[in-house]
Amino acid sequence: MLGRGILRGLIETWRNFQGSYYDPARLTTVQYPEQKLPPQENARTFPFLVYDGEDFLAGMRCTACSICAQECPAHCIKIVKDTAKKPDYLGKMQFQPQVFNIDMAVCMECGICAEVCPFDSIKMDHVFELSSSDRLMVLQKADLAKSNDYFRQIHPAEAAAVDAARAGEQRKAQAKKDASPVPVAS
Amino acid sequence: MIAPPPELQTPAAGDIAGHDLLEISMGPHHPSTHGVFRMNVVLDGETVVKLTPVFGYLHRNHEKIAEKNSYLASIPYTDRLDYICSMTNNWAYVLSVEKMAGLAVPERAEYIRVIVSELTRLQNHACLAGFLLQDMGALGTPMMYAFREREKILDLFESLSGSRMMCNYMRFSGCRCDLPVGWLEQAVKVAAGFDSFLDHFEALLSENEILRARSQGVGVLPRGLAVNAGVTGPALRASGVNYDIRKVDKYGIYDRFKFRVPLGERGDVFDRYMVRILEMRESLNILDQALRDIPAGAIVDPKVRLRNLRPKPGEAYGRIESPKGELGFYLISDGGPSPYRYRVRPPSLVNLTVLEDMCLGHTIADVVIILGSIDIVLGEVDR
Repeated sequence: MLGRGILRGLIETWRNFQGSYYDPARLTTVQYPEQKLPPQENARTFPFLVYDGEDFLAGMRCTACSICAQECPAHCIKIVKDTAKKPDYLGKMQFQPQVFNIDMAVCMECGICAEVCPFDSIKMDHVFELSSSDRLMVLQKADLAKSNDYFRQIHPAEAAAVDAARAGEQRKAQAKKDASPVPVAS
Repeated sequence: MIAPPPELQTPAAGDIAGHDLLEISMGPHHPSTHGVFRMNVVLDGETVVKLTPVFGYLHRNHEKIAEKNSYLASIPYTDRLDYICSMTNNWAYVLSVEKMAGLAVPERAEYIRVIVSELTRLQNHACLAGFLLQDMGALGTPMMYAFREREKILDLFESLSGSRMMCNYMRFSGCRCDLPVGWLEQAVKVAAGFDSFLDHFEALLSENEILRARSQGVGVLPRGLAVNAGVTGPALRASGVNYDIRKVDKYGIYDRFKFRVPLGERGDVFDRYMVRILEMRESLNILDQALRDIPAGAIVDPKVRLRNLRPKPGEAYGRIESPKGELGFYLISDGGPSPYRYRVRPPSLVNLTVLEDMCLGHTIADVVIILGSIDIVLGEVDR
């Protein structure tokens, strides 16, 4: 019968329309600016630098090794090594970045920097809504630094694994230090 | 400015005796061209007598950039080729590199790759069916239904890879991270929901008399022309050629799954639409098997380093059946940290070359749906 297909389609449209009032499977959108869905734990937007403790300069995990800058597909990371060293979490003296800039306008949010970082220093953030009236989008060291507590908050599972690994290394280093003979002043 | 060669020049108005021809430039901002694609259409009344595709508005130098970057750093760039199907793009690239460097892939990673690729096929075809119906005049409604379903698959991708569209998920000899807790259960649920969505989606329009009158017999792609022009994917199969790289090459672990390859008969717009609907059913079939059989184990070969991959000098061509057709990457290595030559064989571009043959003799309104039925993404056409 001519028109049967059209009628079937219209029945389908009607079912969807009235379902949109009560059927949870049909209510898929939220009213965005007022209502926000929590981001998924794995979600990634922009990179940030993790630091331990209170002071971001003293606790910065980054050792300015520049692996992220080399591997970055868009080459948006600029690092200048500082001449002064600072002790890391094991007490070893490490380099630190004097300049650490990420050009947010160029960054493509791929997460490769976080993946290749051997010091668990650079991680991916959850922030969005970053529009600004300023056209300079180069974030500097102070803008990028965020505390380990923040990292624990946004990526609980990953942060727990990193913390456990670092605590293990610290214990090992402490044990080695205790076992080694104390140099006797002659 | 350099004049184009004579065969590319459109005829001047009034070339055909007794008729005034009208040359119009359709695109690059025309909403129906699915991106920044332009075509010079010469019309006799409403009938197309010549059509010249013009592309290059989205050229991003993808291949040259990849020849400067390390092998790892090219993976996120492949996401941006066909930005709807980033997972299959990743797979085609890592497959070529694995072929060249001789890397093996763990069992679980192979299964994950099949699962995410079939999910990608589902969401690409759902997206396309929605867009195509929108082009035909079913404004909004089918597209919204299709996007609602696609949303659920994108949520799965986000919880797995961190990003909804630019997944950047596959790595040489494996995948980047393991499935999160509860992901498989969620995927089973989404696949089950997709089956009933397809039933409803077909009830919505597949039998619709207006849609059939509009799309049957329009834009016929003859079998011989499709083969000669190198058309691949659903567009080729709609013309009745049984050629699916999942069956022909059996890359990955596709030889373990039972699925059929839907074929069209006439090669018109309706066949291309229907082949995609049927392909989604077969993808669900594969998904069911893969989600049932996925083993535990490692997702990446621990011996393969993430950085500093330097394959031995040589060449490799890896290809997969992306939702749009044969997506291949041709790589030449000179032993250095980045490929000496990097070439993409994009299905969208090759399928687009037969656009004029399909459009000649049809009206300008049909050009829109013929273009929509090829399924192009301009990120892949221009690269």
